[in-house]
Amino acid sequence: MLTLALAYLRDRGLVTLLNIVLLALAVAMLVILLLFSTQAADRFARDSRGIDLVVGAKGSPLQLILSSVYHVDTATGNIPLQSLELLRNDPGVARAIPLALGDSFRGFRIVGTEPDFLGLHDARLAVGRMYAAPGEAVLGAEVARVTGAAVGQKFVGSHGLDDSQAHAATPFSVVGVLAPTGTVTDRLILTSIASVWAVHGIAHPHAHGDEGSGDHHNHDHATDAPHGAVLDPRGGPQPEITAILISYRNAMAAIRLPAAINRQTALQSASPAAETARLLTLFGAAIEGARIFAWLLALTAGLSIFVVLLSASRSREGDMALLQVMGATRWQVMGVVLLEGLMMAAAGALIGLVAGHALIGVGRMAFPTLADIGLSPWLLHPGEAAIVAAMLGIGTVAAVIPALRVFRTDLALTLSRGS
Amino acid sequence: MMLLELKRVTFHHGQTPILRDFSLAMAPGEHRLLLGPSGSGKTTLINLIAGLRTADAGEIRIAGEDMAALPRAARDDLRRRRIGLVFQTLRLVSALSVRRNLQLAQALAGRSRDDGEIDGLLLALGLSHRAEANPRDLSQGEAQRAAVARALVARPDLLIADEPTSALDDANADRVARLLLDMAAQTGATLLVASHDARLREHIADTTMLLPC
Repeated sequence: MLTLALAYLRDRGLVTLLNIVLLALAVAMLVILLLFSTQAADRFARDSRGIDLVVGAKGSPLQLILSSVYHVDTATGNIPLQSLELLRNDPGVARAIPLALGDSFRGFRIVGTEPDFLGLHDARLAVGRMYAAPGEAVLGAEVARVTGAAVGQKFVGSHGLDDSQAHAATPFSVVGVLAPTGTVTDRLILTSIASVWAVHGIAHPHAHGDEGSGDHHNHDHATDAPHGAVLDPRGGPQPEITAILISYRNAMAAIRLPAAINRQTALQSASPAAETARLLTLFGAAIEGARIFAWLLALTAGLSIFVVLLSASRSREGDMALLQVMGATRWQVMGVVLLEGLMMAAAGALIGLVAGHALIGVGRMAFPTLADIGLSPWLLHPGEAAIVAAMLGIGTVAAVIPALRVFRTDLALTLSRGS
Repeated sequence: MMLLELKRVTFHHGQTPILRDFSLAMAPGEHRLLLGPSGSGKTTLINLIAGLRTADAGEIRIAGEDMAALPRAARDDLRRRRIGLVFQTLRLVSALSVRRNLQLAQALAGRSRDDGEIDGLLLALGLSHRAEANPRDLSQGEAQRAAVARALVARPDLLIADEPTSALDDANADRVARLLLDMAAQTGATLLVASHDARLREHIADTTMLLPC
């Protein structure tokens, strides 16, 4: 019966192909939406683990989170280094990790921070040692893989997130490579804050000349804000940092700290959980719209299968009667029609699954931001099984009514008609 | 015991009588020509024997089993095991090649696949070169021979052919008639041929005339 069902599908190849393509499109779209929404949400959750609050320069709180936690946006500006000490002395703060952003190497962000940063994402050194002296850097696993850089090699960072303004005079030395963590750390180059200051410090006059040095509120945030020092009103360099990642010591801190920080004229605080939820809500509406469209596409494919099978079951009434007279049971004959619907649905689902993952891979290559948020074509989601099951259900339901015609066929009358 | 017994079978289509008190008995291995003009009820009689219709009165027994007394599933099974049919309208499955049609018939008859037997049948019927052809591409004569081959490949006890030579020229009609007889003789099958084609009397001596009611 399987051979016969396949033969019928081949016999009207073009229509079969059209139905399979329709279903495959729907499945591919659903898979992309599922993987994007779940992987992005998972990645956001992993990357923000252990960070209760982010403190940075005034501006968009979402931008602060995106730049300081997920490292996919430009920073909002600089904050005074003294803020770090103030927060560390606060009894509600269990951990405060400073970040100094501004430069990159081949699109990978160079992050000036303290070794505690590794603890956020349970990162461990795979090779080499942790940075110590200024100018030393540790690479995330993905950075090392993509750039091919290894311990002992030197590289030159560039201002912002492109390679147009290189800091050729202050190269970094790779002293270690981290093991993969599945978090944003894989895509970061970690160094000390002092290193970032050294690159952008007073030893390099160009460092802040085009970024409103002396007044971080006037920074051009279209480029990744570079940070290290501003001129003190008294004439000396005043070190700055970009953001501080805070972990609360107790629940009371969650109530008191954000309000206290936001009262400061130069500082703002943002909660990764709240901002990520807001971001996912914004994404969510678009994703839901696309998801509804994809399901409508799947139902259209189901309707098309129904029409094709109904028409085929009418034109093949003679075959169906013949099969029964030759010895097939009515259930077997019905099974042929059901198999046709199922096989179209299965082919559409399979092709759609592969296409969905392949398109994510292509999209990741075409749009680096997708790679930045950790979207991977190789991860399977249990929800994909539900999508496949739904497509098989659609194929089966579409075939049931045409298949039931078998029970209404008058064998003698049908066989006496012209073939 | 007779393989096929019809006793005083009567059948009406609506108010129109098609068969009235028709009786027939065939022993295993017997060959019989049911000769009658169009509208005489030959196809109806075949449908009754095959269990596709139920007689208004009378009795039809295949190998001693009363068709009317059997539930549908048992009747279908009896037909599958005992009866091979060649339809007037041929009814080859157009999505399958000639060979695949024969393989399907073998499978539905519950027999294991035997390509050698299929090749032999196709050769005997002059269809070897059309084995992989789609039935839509066959001439009427080729399609008729393919339909005969399909009925024969199931190795039935009772082979019933409804107008097997109606669309064939003399040479092909002669070939099909000989093949039916040869295959029936080889397998010991009982052969009942219903036709209006009097040419078949040259091949099948035992003839029952069927006239319109």
